[in-house]
Amino acid sequence: MFSDEQRTRIRELTKRYQRPQAAILEALWIWQETHGWISEEGMRAVAELLELPYHHVLGVVTFYTMFNKKPVGRHKIEVCTNVSCMLRNSDRILRHLERKLDIHAGETTPDNRFTLVEAECLGSCGTAPMMQIGDDYHEDLNEAKVDAILSNLS
Amino acid sequence: MEPLLLPPIKDLHRIEVYEAHGGYAMLRKALAMKPEEVTEEVQKSNLRGRGGACFPTGLKWSFMPRGTDKPKYLIVNGDESEPGTFKDRQIFEFNPHLLIEGAAIAAYAIGAETVYLYIRGEYARWIKLMQQAVDEAASRGYLGTGVIGSEATIRLYVHRGAGAYICGEESSLMNSLEGDRGYPRVKPPFPAQNGLWGCPTTINNVETIANVPLILRMGAAAYAAIGAPKHPGPILVGVSGHVNKPGVYELPTGVPLLEIIHGYAGGVPGDKRIKAVIPGGSSTMILRGEELEGVCMDADSLKAAGSAVGTAGLIVMDEDTDLIRVITRITAFYHHESCGQCTPCREGTGWMHKMLKRFEASEATEGDIDLLLDVANNIEGNTICALGDAAAWPVQSMIKRFRGEFEKRLKHGSRKPAGETAAA
Repeated sequence: MFSDEQRTRIRELTKRYQRPQAAILEALWIWQETHGWISEEGMRAVAELLELPYHHVLGVVTFYTMFNKKPVGRHKIEVCTNVSCMLRNSDRILRHLERKLDIHAGETTPDNRFTLVEAECLGSCGTAPMMQIGDDYHEDLNEAKVDAILSNLS
Repeated sequence: MEPLLLPPIKDLHRIEVYEAHGGYAMLRKALAMKPEEVTEEVQKSNLRGRGGACFPTGLKWSFMPRGTDKPKYLIVNGDESEPGTFKDRQIFEFNPHLLIEGAAIAAYAIGAETVYLYIRGEYARWIKLMQQAVDEAASRGYLGTGVIGSEATIRLYVHRGAGAYICGEESSLMNSLEGDRGYPRVKPPFPAQNGLWGCPTTINNVETIANVPLILRMGAAAYAAIGAPKHPGPILVGVSGHVNKPGVYELPTGVPLLEIIHGYAGGVPGDKRIKAVIPGGSSTMILRGEELEGVCMDADSLKAAGSAVGTAGLIVMDEDTDLIRVITRITAFYHHESCGQCTPCREGTGWMHKMLKRFEASEATEGDIDLLLDVANNIEGNTICALGDAAAWPVQSMIKRFRGEFEKRLKHGSRKPAGETAAA
């Protein structure tokens, strides 16, 4: 369920648009920020609030890569491996993380601390290689820098 | 050229600093003009879109109907996702008020009261920065009802995407904004007739809009005199890959690629030879290193060289680069990002990716090169939006300009001796 405060915020956001449905991404963001992923419960809550069929919300959620369709670890690490990062050895960064966390890309550590994924271009081509953890960009990476960043995470 | 889009002024993102350097004076100037005069000035400047297609901006604005009772919309496209492109992000971070001022002027010119600034979801940090700047601008009366004492109402909303390359395509962006899956729409009708919620809509790239205040400040003629005559103005060139100083460089259009690579971006590490460059983001056609002499960063020069300026995201590859790996990775991207509406793109991108993986593993057979090209040719031009073309061009150009790289990766013994017929 959305909190009363969240419901008010989402209703306020719908006023920005000709039709309330346009606030769907915002509503989903608010759900994901609270719960970490978009469950069926989340999609039903959005559907009810914006007066949309459930299948519409499901269709939107599954269209976008940033919505987590299943639970993820406390820190979601996304390593860009697209062309500009690849040319600057992003595969070494990804392999280093896989070894260090002892998981493959696409998996979550058993303690639910980390989820590791390969990402498409994140617009850091001039500061490659890079990874995104949550909202934060970490750029110009090397193995030692990755270690230092991870050791600062809870 | 003095940087105009990203001038080296400390704290320019703060509104008081921006104002102290003449910021928002051009909005004031525009509001004292007739909207069509503003559009005319932009037309005279020859500004062309910086989002990849190079369409003349003033002409696009002129398509917006006058005398309609429907609301009109301006969408500023900040979905920057083309691999090798990282320029709009610099504007969000270092000169957000130039973007807001440009958006307000553009909205006034086309008669839109509402502006949506659509920013890719991954840019969470820059979305926050832009929202702060928008709030500041509104608090000083540059946005809202009765903008700085005029009759004009201009509201600007920052809209966060959620991770989909296709949403940078304008019709897909509109569907995404409306709260549907981000599927591209069939054109015509074009957005100026039938856009957001069926209303007249103009969609411009972030960098394009940031150029608008510059045109009013300098005058169209002076602006048009910067850089390449048919594609003038400052352009943010993002250099990535094998260069010593990757980054975004603000240059006049028309600077030779070799000067950008060796002059601005500090050359190739280890003074290695340039094997290839992708001049304008991953969808533009790859060029051979030895063909770069005289090729410049502007629409005409790159077109003549057999590529395109795209988003001016220049990707440099040195002599040791495995180009089969490069094209396989690029194709994997387009396969992942294909929205699945059109069969040639949905199936073709996956097919090309599978074939390229065979080349990567040296498992391909001789006919595979032409088959790969045939698949690419059958995607190009046969899809609703340009993603299909964007997937086909890199493959077509890689085969055309680097066929030898593919031949080297054929399965041992699969190559037929010269003169032998296919039937033999």
